[in-house]
Amino acid sequence: MVAVTGPVLETRGLIRRFGGLTAVDDVSLSVPKGQIRALIGPNGAGKTTLVSLISGRIPPSAGRVFFEGRDVTALPAHRRIRAGMAYTFQITSVFARLSARENVRLAAHRRGSAAGRDAVETALSRTGILDRADQVAGDLAYGHQRLLEIAMGLVRAPRLLILDEPTQGLAQAEVAAFNDLIRALDTTVLLIEHNMDVVMELAQVVTVLNFGAVLAEGPPDTIRSDASVQAAYLGGA
Amino acid sequence: MGVSYPGVRALEFGPHLLLATLEGAVGAAVLALTALGLSLVFGVMRVVNVAHGEFYMLGAVIAWWVATAVGGHPALGFVAAVLVAPLAVGALAAAADVTVLKRVNYDPERTIVATIGILYILQQLTLMTYGPEARPVEPPFNQRIPLPWFENTGAGWELYYPWGLSTTSYKLFVIAASAGMLLAVWLFMTRSRTGLVMRATQADRDMAQTFGIPTDRVYALVFGIGCGLAALGAVLIVPIQQAHYLMGADPLLLSFIVVIIGGLGSLPGTVIAALIIGLSDGIISVFFSATLAKILATLLVAFVLVFRPQGLFGGGGRG
Amino acid sequence: MIRADAPSTGRRALALHLGLVAVLLALNWVLPAYYHGNLARIMVLATFAVGFNVAFGYTGLLSLGHAMFFAAGMYGMGLTLRHLGWTPGPALVAGVLSGVALAAVAGALALRTAGVAFMIVTLMFSQAAYLTVLYFGTWTRGDEGFVIQQAERVLFGLDLSDPDLRYLAAWAIFSGATLFCLWLVQAPFGRVLVAIRENEDRATMLGYDTFARKWGALVISGGISALAGAAYGLLFGYVGATFASVQYSIFPLLYVLLGGAGTVIGPFVGTLFMFFLIDISSGITSAYMLVAGVVLVALTLFAPQGLVGELRRRLAPWLP
Repeated sequence: MVAVTGPVLETRGLIRRFGGLTAVDDVSLSVPKGQIRALIGPNGAGKTTLVSLISGRIPPSAGRVFFEGRDVTALPAHRRIRAGMAYTFQITSVFARLSARENVRLAAHRRGSAAGRDAVETALSRTGILDRADQVAGDLAYGHQRLLEIAMGLVRAPRLLILDEPTQGLAQAEVAAFNDLIRALDTTVLLIEHNMDVVMELAQVVTVLNFGAVLAEGPPDTIRSDASVQAAYLGGA
Repeated sequence: MGVSYPGVRALEFGPHLLLATLEGAVGAAVLALTALGLSLVFGVMRVVNVAHGEFYMLGAVIAWWVATAVGGHPALGFVAAVLVAPLAVGALAAAADVTVLKRVNYDPERTIVATIGILYILQQLTLMTYGPEARPVEPPFNQRIPLPWFENTGAGWELYYPWGLSTTSYKLFVIAASAGMLLAVWLFMTRSRTGLVMRATQADRDMAQTFGIPTDRVYALVFGIGCGLAALGAVLIVPIQQAHYLMGADPLLLSFIVVIIGGLGSLPGTVIAALIIGLSDGIISVFFSATLAKILATLLVAFVLVFRPQGLFGGGGRG
Repeated sequence: MIRADAPSTGRRALALHLGLVAVLLALNWVLPAYYHGNLARIMVLATFAVGFNVAFGYTGLLSLGHAMFFAAGMYGMGLTLRHLGWTPGPALVAGVLSGVALAAVAGALALRTAGVAFMIVTLMFSQAAYLTVLYFGTWTRGDEGFVIQQAERVLFGLDLSDPDLRYLAAWAIFSGATLFCLWLVQAPFGRVLVAIRENEDRATMLGYDTFARKWGALVISGGISALAGAAYGLLFGYVGATFASVQYSIFPLLYVLLGGAGTVIGPFVGTLFMFFLIDISSGITSAYMLVAGVVLVALTLFAPQGLVGELRRRLAPWLP
């Protein structure tokens, strides 16, 4: 395994076209181990399409995806998850008619073993929903459903955690708790986020997408003062 | 829609094929109407009406009732049936839409289950009232038209009328009437205001609703017209076949085949597919076992859905 | 389903199902002949519904073609018995394996589609299977079918045409299928099936190969349905094409919808009610399928969860 020192996630020349539209245009990324990488950009910039290509939900038109040094471009989504990725949905999509604990158990895979049971309880308590674990997921408050999504992402101790707008619709206090939770992780995180406060607080490196292509990349402070990024966000040219 | 041909085996291959093609054309014409109804319903409402064949059957049975009640010259009864049966069936279908389909919110799977229920209700009520007999309706006119064939006798080509090679004026009328009706539906959908409203609803139901289109009424109307077209097809065929409470199964299967092969919801694709399926059904069932032909046809539908879901004649998709 | 993970509710569910099985066993010595015979038939048909429920109720796969699996079991048993001179034991196994093989092939193809397309593809496959039975009328005797003689129905020295033994055989098959289903839906495999039913995309993104799981569910479902078909032919001594027709794809759907999809006990409750509804109405009219139509429409409109589903929703959320 070459994974020890190389990047956890790498994409090379990733392209995805839908009919005449190029949603992701020649994106090459490299995310080293342990980094929290934020992916930002205006609506329709191709962020969700890019993480869908990375997680294997849709196939690329061209380009390659490497996970821990291994070419996973040909692997279907479920094999990439098995290999150590985790993906949380932008729109909350927990199993609404099952209990919160059952949701996390399904995410854990190893339901029979004691270690598996421990992992489930740990994920529930880290996200602060252990006392609600027996409730039906659909009955949980929206903020708790988002936390359940994250618990489902954490339970298998992924080596790459992909979060698609995790703080959308959360209250101020819940956002702060989320920040603490992510900061305490020792895993590589790819974070799509609209809330710039969260980005500034969590991300070590920010990648800006515009019209499917990488517009800028760098530490949060540099990105904040980058003129082209400001132009893209303000709609100027 | 099998048709039997007493004595047809005596014919040679060429005349035989001509006859099979003519018979196939009659079947294809009626099938195009019936399948167009199913396709219209699927296209606009995005639901599969499993009871479509029973509305066809009702068309034939009501035609028999009307023709019997009117009496007199066969043409009188037939004209009355052509007017009454499709309208009655259309009204019944619109009522079924409002009372059942609308209330399951046109959920695709629940609609299929509900229309299976409607299938049994219509079929069994017909059995209870109309009975298990097969009954004919007399055609309004029915002159035998012998058909010529050519033969090279050595001394040059010769024209003659082989025994058994003939059609009837009524069969030609069915083909013409169906073609006329298809044209009328096409003009209605593309030129009339109501057709425009239907196509707007098909494109985007929510958007149509926002623009003040009464989509509930549009759905009821489309379901009524779709089933009415099936009934009209049945009225045209009932002087050739007979009205029977189980006669809906074959048209349903063939309409399914046509709509799926032609591309779900595509009107031109539906008509082309109806011609091909109708003609080949007529031709194949003359030369091969009808059962084998049906096995191949059902498998064809399944494989088209599995490997080419946009239909054989539909464009785009995932290709 | 909702809190079936807690051990006490698991025991409660087991007790309920063992109780049902015990009552059905005891009824063998209690029921008058008419109901005794009917109940044997109901238990075999309920086994068919149990198989259908694995696909429809627990995995969300609405097949309109399960008659082909029932018929595969019946003909796999009947044809080997009649033409190859096999004894009932191996013939029964041949029946089940026929269903499993058919489900494996048909499933691998049909599962490339979803939703309405899946319903139509299964319907078409089943129709092709029915027509195939008719086409090979020389061996299957088509619509007319063939009778399995009393002498051919002796399994391990037990004469299955004897009412008591027939009832007990039907009971054994039904109990086995029901308890297997109870175990399955609480096992990890079954929980993943429920996850696929609830949200397939999410299940994929949790690392599950949903295609393989759905295929597995369909093979199990086809196997149980084929067992029911083979047993039906053997116990009641008749094999015919009717059992391959569309009607026999609709029946299990009807039973499961009426009893409650995604409940272990629902298929039995649904079969019991539907059987007696049709039995009563066929005494009044030859158009007895009218009842099936009315029940289908009424269920879709008013009780999509079915009898047991409504019971679970209102009173007993612990029912698996």
